[in-house]
Amino acid sequence: MPTVGVKRDLLFKALGRSYTDEEFDELCFQFGLELDEITSEKELISKEQNDSKAAGASDVILYKIDVPANRYDLLCLEGLVRGLQVFKNKLEAPRYVRVSPVSGQPQKLIITKETAAVRPYAVAAVLRDITFTQERYDSFIELQEKLHQNICRKRSIVAIGTHDLDTTSGPFTYTAKPPSEICFQPLNQTKEFTATELMSLYRTDSHLKHYLHIIEDKPVYPVIYDSNGIVLSMPPIINGDHTKISLKTKNVFIECTATDLTKAKVVLDTLVTMFSQYSSQPNLKHVFISSSPHSESTETVAQLLTRMCLLSKLTGVGDQIEVEIPPTRSDIIHACDIVEDAAIAYGFNNITRTTPRSYTVATQFPLNKLTELLRQDVAAAGFTEVLTFALCSKEDVGDKLGKKISETGAAHISNPKTAEFQVARTTLLPGLLKTIAANKKMPLPLKLFEISDVVLKDKSKGVYVGARNSRRFCAVYYNKSPGFEVIHGLMDRTMQLLGVKPLRGEGYHIQAAEDSIFFPGRCAEIFVDGKSVGRLGVLHPNVVTRFELTMPCSALEMDIEPFL
Amino acid sequence: MSPIALLLGLEKAEDGVDSLELSSSLGVEHQVVVGAVKSLQSVGEVISAEQRSSKHWQLTEEGVEISELGSHEARVFECIPVEGLLQSELMKLPFGKIGFTKAMSNKWIRVDKTSEGGPLIFRSVQTIVDQVREKLLNVLNGKDAELEEKEKSELKKRRLLSEVTVKSYWITKGSSFSTTITKQETELTPEMIVSGNWKDNKFKPYNFEAMGVPLDCGHLHPLMKVRTQFRQIFLEMGFTEMPTNNFIESSFWNFDSLFQPQQHPARDQHDTFFLSDPALTLDFPQDYLQRVKKVHTEGGFGSQGYKYEWKVEEAQKNILRTHTTAVSARMLYKLAQQEKFTPVKYFSIDRVFRNETLDATHLAEFHQIEGVVADYDLTLGDLMGVLHQFFTKLGITKLRFKPAYNPYTEPSMEVFSYHEGTQSQC
Repeated sequence: MPTVGVKRDLLFKALGRSYTDEEFDELCFQFGLELDEITSEKELISKEQNDSKAAGASDVILYKIDVPANRYDLLCLEGLVRGLQVFKNKLEAPRYVRVSPVSGQPQKLIITKETAAVRPYAVAAVLRDITFTQERYDSFIELQEKLHQNICRKRSIVAIGTHDLDTTSGPFTYTAKPPSEICFQPLNQTKEFTATELMSLYRTDSHLKHYLHIIEDKPVYPVIYDSNGIVLSMPPIINGDHTKISLKTKNVFIECTATDLTKAKVVLDTLVTMFSQYSSQPNLKHVFISSSPHSESTETVAQLLTRMCLLSKLTGVGDQIEVEIPPTRSDIIHACDIVEDAAIAYGFNNITRTTPRSYTVATQFPLNKLTELLRQDVAAAGFTEVLTFALCSKEDVGDKLGKKISETGAAHISNPKTAEFQVARTTLLPGLLKTIAANKKMPLPLKLFEISDVVLKDKSKGVYVGARNSRRFCAVYYNKSPGFEVIHGLMDRTMQLLGVKPLRGEGYHIQAAEDSIFFPGRCAEIFVDGKSVGRLGVLHPNVVTRFELTMPCSALEMDIEPFL
Repeated sequence: MSPIALLLGLEKAEDGVDSLELSSSLGVEHQVVVGAVKSLQSVGEVISAEQRSSKHWQLTEEGVEISELGSHEARVFECIPVEGLLQSELMKLPFGKIGFTKAMSNKWIRVDKTSEGGPLIFRSVQTIVDQVREKLLNVLNGKDAELEEKEKSELKKRRLLSEVTVKSYWITKGSSFSTTITKQETELTPEMIVSGNWKDNKFKPYNFEAMGVPLDCGHLHPLMKVRTQFRQIFLEMGFTEMPTNNFIESSFWNFDSLFQPQQHPARDQHDTFFLSDPALTLDFPQDYLQRVKKVHTEGGFGSQGYKYEWKVEEAQKNILRTHTTAVSARMLYKLAQQEKFTPVKYFSIDRVFRNETLDATHLAEFHQIEGVVADYDLTLGDLMGVLHQFFTKLGITKLRFKPAYNPYTEPSMEVFSYHEGTQSQC
């Protein structure tokens, strides 16, 4: 969830009253926001760096508010205030209307075909007759930054440029040129640079270096010129110094270049509606709801929606409502979004709770039912259940067990953050052994078990993703003596619980086997109805040592799916 | 000394006896009496002994020597003949040094430094009284009260006297006092039961203050116990369990079929585990795939969609599922293939994976609980009602719902519960 930081006193001033922290928290709860933190600039610096660096910083109280990820209209103080005021019936839901300039033609932005190779789309707007104060200016810059981080996906999808219209003259051209041919004085620099030089210059800039890769390797870079050849910006990297905005700016030219047109429009709409007193793009959509969402009257529903900035009126035809979706609400894409807003305005906690009327009889998933029954009885036999990670390192299922990783049929992760999560486990044994290694101080004997899934690659038809889970039962006995007879006894008891008789053929039997996991001569394979279902034995000392253990250990692992 | 002697001694006393007195009257060491007390204590309520401590003045080893032989200064006096003694000779004697200084300060002797052959010591008085020895003898005979505090501390400074704490017992008759001791049995044995001679035996009392023997039993994992409990609640409410035994899922079922756009941050490399092997799923129900593509790109079924270019290559990528909703999506698709629709309630509790950095509150693997109800005319009130019933079965009745955002649910909410006992919200 994106977080917006606003100065509390400015917020209350704009809302027209002040709240206690609890009251504001409650208001956020009803509207769908979360008051995440109450802090100050001083506190923040203190936390991140240290107290001495925070010494000169501001004590002004800041509210950090979490807003839903799809509400770009709530990312700044102006938007929050507007939303809350309308919600509390203190303000009428605003209507945004495009206005032509008092004199002359509207500005033009010409897009040339060269941009298609690097950043095809652009949209633009003009905010006229604006008055900036320091706070409004800071808020304007902050909103651009928030949009860049969220919907713009760190400028890769959309990039915003804002310019003082009075320092430049249209029509404006958005084109793309080879980097050596672009030359201008960028923001906060005193001389001109070519685009190639700028790439090197900004490589060490802590803020801008993260965006260079978006255009760096392309044959042409995007650039916007005015009618006199002055560079307004080279998106998504940096604006020109010539057109930079100050507190004195009265008319703002906003351009958004993008690889996704829909998102560019949303971004532009957001900027413009948040900071306009009277100008915007028209983007009115009419949506019909066929009937009232719940037992409230149509009129009440229209009122509720209007409180959410969705201006509504009755059409007069049956119980239809016409809802006007303002450009600030790009999150409304289906009638159900409108219904949700009506419910929020009504108050979720005011809705009567009911029960679904249909009668259903529950069925357990057979494999889980079997697992539940087995768990209880294995614990009753004196073993303790553990819960281990399904992901592990390659060595855990390969080298440490004396096996080649390529022969294990393990599924490999392509982007693990640590070596502990390289593959999905193919056996439960390493997890149990690592558990023992972490519990060496516990009294002996240690008797542990787990009944859970492993993952195996499977190319057979019907296994669409190329791998499947397999439910296994694994137990270990760790003590001064290996205790093979204990593990064997557990296996016999498990078979008894599963209703399998100790008979060769139709029941179960075990016979000697060889496996790098087990000590030679002390390993047996378990057969049920002629098919192998698992192995048990005394662990090989190599395995014991590789898992950093020191005592003899015997183990059992078997597949329980054949017993369904 | 046998415990019997102690019992006999106690029998004669009116209230009780002090162990120190008893030891002196019986002529045995105090420790022996203490030993007898201890062994009697283990035999039941024959005696009761109360610990006491008292302070005693005792002679040190040196003090004992002086009480026998006399103080150093007195011995010095004794050994000086009429004609005097060479100081050098005197110093050779063991008591010489200290005795000389003391005798000089008591003015019992004098030194003639002028004589030939070295300083000569003469008696300066006829007789002396060896007060130090007398005082020590007093203490030895138990008359230490006759000494003033000042005198005692002076002797203590000369290390002739020391103050010791003596622990003694005040012994009185117990509730089952007798002058004979019977041996106590610890446990019933089969022989006693069969022969019946348990009736004649006295049994040692149990110590009920101690803990019992810790049993060697197995245990179930706490998280799994919680899962069992939740599973039970779902079954009681008529929810059927979904088959969730597939950790690996395609992006199509995990994200796309749930209307999560392809550029959504949750599908990033640093939030989701992607598989290098097996890397792709190629087999999908094609007509369904086309409908999913259309809704993402252009919209449909009343929606405007996201309006971006949907790529099938993204959907084919295999991942470790980030939520069990991927399974719910498959189940709903299957339900839709049925000839006739039947209302259903599904649930699952199983493992999901997120590519997070581990810290105190975040793991890369955790368990998720999922419930789905599908029917005609279901309402938001029904959802809240079901949640309310679920939590009531856990003993939580206070619930509040808050608007939230989820790509695949609308309306979306977060549930907050309030626990009376701890007064905390979660």
